[in-house]
Amino acid sequence: MNWKRATITTGLILPVIGLLAFGLTTDPKMIDSPLPGKPAPEFALSVFAPGEGQLARNVGDTVRLAAHRGGIVVLNFWASWCLQCRDEHQDLSNAARAYYDKGVRFYGVLYNDQEPFGLKWINEMGGQAYPSLLDPRTRTAIDYGLYGVPETFLVTADGRVAYKHIGPISERLLSQKLDSLLRAGASAP
Amino acid sequence: MMRILTVLTAAAVVLASHPLSAQTPAQRAPAAQPDSALEAMTTRLASELRCPVCQGNSIQDSPSELAQQMRDVIRDQLRSGKTPDEVRAYFVDKYGEWILLAPRAEGLNLIVYLVPFAAVLLGGLVVWRTVRKWTAAPPSSTADTPPG
Repeated sequence: MNWKRATITTGLILPVIGLLAFGLTTDPKMIDSPLPGKPAPEFALSVFAPGEGQLARNVGDTVRLAAHRGGIVVLNFWASWCLQCRDEHQDLSNAARAYYDKGVRFYGVLYNDQEPFGLKWINEMGGQAYPSLLDPRTRTAIDYGLYGVPETFLVTADGRVAYKHIGPISERLLSQKLDSLLRAGASAP
Repeated sequence: MMRILTVLTAAAVVLASHPLSAQTPAQRAPAAQPDSALEAMTTRLASELRCPVCQGNSIQDSPSELAQQMRDVIRDQLRSGKTPDEVRAYFVDKYGEWILLAPRAEGLNLIVYLVPFAAVLLGGLVVWRTVRKWTAAPPSSTADTPPG
């Protein structure tokens, strides 16, 4: 056996196999966001679905991210045509109620959809605990580097993107992330 | 009466066609025609950016709603005075380097540009060596044959 030739051939083939394996096991739709750690894009969006109870905001109110400094904001992009948004809907509402007293504010942002469809969907889903906002021409979604729904962003008290979640988010994961951010905030000088 | 009406009609025609009372074609042009340079630059930049909701399409080629909205963002940013580099930087800032259909030729990205050339060189070398081996004169089979 020619060991030299075998070594060269293996050395050439292995990287190609590695590259193919990486390509086949990586979801091309999972795009790493450069936003975590950076200042969250500012927005001023109007409320179209008020939310419920003490979490409610008046329809037509303008919600500004800048006005939430000092508290954590959870921003969830959703649409009535999005099937996966149904999976996370109740979890988001539960977490929004559970963390309200800890200063966490949840907002939904309607993505590439129309207000009547959004309202109808909320009604069909049995309500939404937190307010939802309109994003005309999808400018805020593009500012957040969105490429689909649902996507959820956690914004820290000092206005930085702490975490981006692609796909339906669970109440358990939200609690883990929020508890961690609240602990970090409490221990900060 | 007829003369008065005729004079009034003539005066109205003159006033309507007077340059001070009507927009000249040159004044109307910007509103009526799209800025071709702006559109050309929008198209060029949109062709360089990957559509986030498609596989391998630029936002220029994609028919998706998001791609259309991203083209609007490009157009608006150029119109507001941003340079093409600033518009590219905006999208890279939001979506990462992934958004560029042709990654920048720097750092690890260089692999993407250099590997094809290296592969061609290596392949050429293998072909050259193989062909040389095939065309080399075969060893003489009678040289060492003892005389019979």
